[in-house]
Amino acid sequence: MKVGTPVTPVQTPITEVRSAPGLKVIVSSVASDAHTWNLVFLQLLLEELGHRVANLGACVPDELLVEECRRQRPDLVVISSVNGHGANDGRRVIRELRGHPETAAIPVVIGGKLGIDGAESTDHAGLLEAGFDAVFEEGAGLASFGSFLRSIPAGVTT
Amino acid sequence: MTVPTRRPTPATPAGSLPSGSFGAFVSAARAAGRLVVQPRMGMSDPRAMRAGLAATRAADATTVGTITIDSYTRVGDQAAARRALAEGVPLNGYPLVTYDTAVTRSVLDGIQDHTFPVQVRHGSAAPQDIVAALLLAGLDATEGGPVSYCLPYGRTPLTASVENWARTCELLARTRDHGAEPHLETFGGCMMGQLCPPSLLVALSVLEALFFAQHGLRSVSLSYAQQTDPAQDEEALHALRRLADVLLPDVDRHIVVYTYMGVYPRTPDGARLLLEESARLAVRTGAARLIVKTAAEAHRIPTVRENAEALEAAARAAEAEAASGRVPEVDGSGRVSEVDASGRVSEVDASARAFGPVPDTGIHAEASALVQAVLEISPDLGRALPLAFERGYLDVPFCLHPDNAQRTRSYLDTDGRLRWSAIGSMPLGGIVELAHEPRLTSSGLLGALRHVEQRFDAAALDPSPAHRPLDDGHRPPTRVALSEEGR
Repeated sequence: MKVGTPVTPVQTPITEVRSAPGLKVIVSSVASDAHTWNLVFLQLLLEELGHRVANLGACVPDELLVEECRRQRPDLVVISSVNGHGANDGRRVIRELRGHPETAAIPVVIGGKLGIDGAESTDHAGLLEAGFDAVFEEGAGLASFGSFLRSIPAGVTT
Repeated sequence: MTVPTRRPTPATPAGSLPSGSFGAFVSAARAAGRLVVQPRMGMSDPRAMRAGLAATRAADATTVGTITIDSYTRVGDQAAARRALAEGVPLNGYPLVTYDTAVTRSVLDGIQDHTFPVQVRHGSAAPQDIVAALLLAGLDATEGGPVSYCLPYGRTPLTASVENWARTCELLARTRDHGAEPHLETFGGCMMGQLCPPSLLVALSVLEALFFAQHGLRSVSLSYAQQTDPAQDEEALHALRRLADVLLPDVDRHIVVYTYMGVYPRTPDGARLLLEESARLAVRTGAARLIVKTAAEAHRIPTVRENAEALEAAARAAEAEAASGRVPEVDGSGRVSEVDASGRVSEVDASARAFGPVPDTGIHAEASALVQAVLEISPDLGRALPLAFERGYLDVPFCLHPDNAQRTRSYLDTDGRLRWSAIGSMPLGGIVELAHEPRLTSSGLLGALRHVEQRFDAAALDPSPAHRPLDDGHRPPTRVALSEEGR
């Protein structure tokens, strides 16, 4: 099994990326991706920042992610994928999420290693157009993820 | 393209194994003192797949070929694999089930033969279709296991995976009626890729091999993935051999080492040092086969050329280690012939040799306790394995699968060795000394995940002894490749 680094290591002190506490966050992989260290890492990071995390784990089918979003009404969905199918799977699942009235407005971000040819070749514009609120490819670092977190208000969708 | 010196002729190796079988090829190489090296490799384009196999065969090393399946096929989503092929979306592996058998045969034709076996690698908890397809294509070697291809990789219930793997083993074993000797490798020694303490890796590898044997396989290999500390890995591999010798006496078997599977060094020299260390580990512990990683590993899926370079680098490191005189010769009976500096040969018991230069820190005792606890639930591993996880007798740290109890934790100690900080309900009380681990943070986890990467990159960038990994062959890097590092 290939194990990738989910994102570049913490460059900024944790306090600088601390956001308004108490977001309800779903952390998830995509349907075809079995990697989990990225998910374990993101859960620990988000919990340290004061958020509550439901970690759906590896190989999450589109229906399960949609169902969990309808049930849990999270403030944010963080999709992380490192197997090279993330962009392809992500485009599909975001269409599902945007297509359901209950999940259409939930902020959803995606990050990791999203294509098989490295970060430069991923079609970020296409992912944003498909409905993602932000894309954090490897190399973007946690600082930009941190500022994104600060911009999310808690409790809008509940 | 002829590489006769690197290719053993599997004439009559290991007793009754049919010539041309995967097990016979590896046995013949081992008897000839050559480490078999193998890439990870899978492309969606059949021409590229064929070229990859041809390059593996042509590499200046004793090689076997690999066809790695793509992730859609792995999870059984043939529709997605078909759609991707139709839309020209490149996949991260070869969609074996989607292509016609004729296509796969044309990929293999003239490349795969008795001097170049090919193994299919997949990662599936429901591999019946994959195995049916590989058998139709004329292949009979693959890998995985009911636990190791279930818990880390998805959400299939363990009981379903056990049932699927029982059917899969029977499907493979049935080819024995036609004179074949199918080969199945455990992936249990590679659980989670990193941060799993060695005793649990050893126990799972042994338990999966026993499961394969209970379901009709007569030729198996037992995996173990290089972890963080060479001495700890050496001790673990000796423990693995001892347990396999006792529990699988009548089965053709060999040990396969995986080059480090965790976060990989980002510098080409760091990556090479780590690969070479794994090759030396394999030779030193009498393993017969090595699954390599490439210098591109930290950045992307490697090219065919990078794979061939890794195979050759590993082969050279293995040859150097074998020539160093530090290597015991293990024969089929488990006896070890040791050649000392003056050329004198002395025979010692293999298990006694296990406690030779490497101190016993209890890996064998821990692994034995785990295996025994599972076998005491039921001698039928199909029944015992799910119950063992349900009761927490087996419990994989950091594994998010719903059927894993998630009450154990591991950590890297200050010496860089993997240790338990919580054993949950595993029967290791009185064997494991539990240390007080500081609360795990995200940066602490990242540090542990990146420990090996950083150690080997530091060694590559500053070859002074203070940064050199243990036993790195004492060869300073030929260049410092900062341009390749990071992005």
